Amino acid sequence: MEHKGINLTLKVWRQQNTTSNGEFVTYQVKDISQEMSFLEMFDVLNEQLIQEDKEPIAFDHDCREGICGMCSMYIDGKPHGPWQANTTCQLHMRAFNDGDTITVEPWRAQAFPVLKDLVVDRTAFDRIIQAGGYVSVNTGNAVDGNSLPINKNDADASFAAAMCIGCGACVAACKNSSAMLFLSAKVSHLALLPQGDPERQSRVVNMVAQMDKEGFGACTNTGACEATCPKEISLSNIARLNQEYLLAGLTSN
Amino acid sequence: MTWKEVFTSSVGKKLVMSFTGIFLILFLIVHVGLNACIWANDNGTMFNAGAHFMGNNVVPRILEIGLFAGLILHIIQGLMLELSNRSKRGTVGYAVSYSKGSKWYSRSMGLLGTIILLFLCLHLYNFWLPNRANQGFLLGEEINLYAKMQEVFSNLLVVIIYVLGCLSLGYHLAHGFQSAFRTIGVHNKRYNAIFTTLGYGFAVIVPLVFALMPLSFYFGWIN
Ligand code: HEM
Ligand code: SF4
Ligand code: FES
Repeated sequence: MEHKGINLTLKVWRQQNTTSNGEFVTYQVKDISQEMSFLEMFDVLNEQLIQEDKEPIAFDHDCREGICGMCSMYIDGKPHGPWQANTTCQLHMRAFNDGDTITVEPWRAQAFPVLKDLVVDRTAFDRIIQAGGYVSVNTGNAVDGNSLPINKNDADASFAAAMCIGCGACVAACKNSSAMLFLSAKVSHLALLPQGDPERQSRVVNMVAQMDKEGFGACTNTGACEATCPKEISLSNIARLNQEYLLAGLTSN
Repeated sequence: MTWKEVFTSSVGKKLVMSFTGIFLILFLIVHVGLNACIWANDNGTMFNAGAHFMGNNVVPRILEIGLFAGLILHIIQGLMLELSNRSKRGTVGYAVSYSKGSKWYSRSMGLLGTIILLFLCLHLYNFWLPNRANQGFLLGEEINLYAKMQEVFSNLLVVIIYVLGCLSLGYHLAHGFQSAFRTIGVHNKRYNAIFTTLGYGFAVIVPLVFALMPLSFYFGWIN
């Protein structure tokens, strides 16, 4: 296979800490292999910065295989960059051409304050999960799978919702900075299974309340979240959450 | 959970938008149907009879109060949501905005709604206000609304504003119709497909028929 090195101009958001004012700084990187991932390209840039005695760019990452949800970069106007159903760590440099200028920004949302450079604080998501994203039944030992019959469609829909990796791209993409796609994935995943049933009503009510408290906006069904989600979480989960919420509102004590 | 809590969370506020929006959609069906009587080509006899039934009858007049209440709730809640949502991005916005994942009119409901609101002010001033004033705001004698339409729609500027108002309504409904059903919890794929198709149809046909009314008078398509 032909190995091609490309030269790029990067405009990267640099910010010392949460309270300081940030700014874009322009960097040049040369001879970047198109087989590199976007994060590997950042590693190269950071080594270059260290050699120049400059401070490397802070960015979040962990698994680098598309499953942990840490890599949060808003690349050229789209969370996780130009590819569909993809995370930043799985974005490869063949998505770009020699001479391109790439603008990289952190997730922008009041509820996700910038900690440093491209790193934002996403603990708001953890607190939303703590408000109800669990089941409090004693699961005991693993039981025979067939002893708990679950409709195939529900099992599939629940599994599809459980794919959410909590990356926050949906919030970053939404004009309202709404966390509804994330929240609806968490609510749907449990609402569709018998294990989630005992806390079904309190879960949706408490998680919505926590989401509002964290300072996320209200959903207006624009669909920007679904279009950028690396796990293709469906917008219909939001409608399911709305139904769960309305039923809880009408029937709870 | 109190009723107040149900309707004041972010999801609850959207439920209010959705219920009032669907209520306004139902009103539009009545309104467009009745006004279409102008095309009976009978010099407004049929239209004026319909308008007289709506304006001089206690039941529609009580419903009218409900309509204003719903409209005002929709407008205030809508504008407040728009402002609140805008503030959630934080102090710094994006240098490159993300516009590929959603339709422009889905992102512009506040703007489209504001244009509709401005149009509505003119619209009420043109017809509702003089008519109700003539009635002493009770069940008094009405003005000839057909003749009023002929008069109002002889002004080109007014006709243009009405057409722009209808265009905004069309785009507002292109998003709003199907969104309202998602908001009240319709997540079944088959039903969503029906509401989306129905929504686009409604968003094109109803505002188009409305827009044809001032155009018909201005260009003399009815006699
Ligand atoms: C006859 C006139 C109108 C009709 C039929 C109508 C209908 C609707 C519908 C069906 C929705 C969707 C609700 C949902 O997504 O759950 C909506 C949303 C909205 N409307 Fe209206 N509306 C009208 C007038 C107005 C006016 C005058 C304003 C404001 C000044 C306005 C502002 C909004 C806003 C801001 C939203 C929220 C957008 C969203 O949640 O996606 N609307 N409208
Ligand atoms: S719904 Fe999608 S975009 Fe949002 S947090 Fe989950 S995986 Fe990320
Ligand atoms: S680093 Fe884990 S998903 Fe990208």
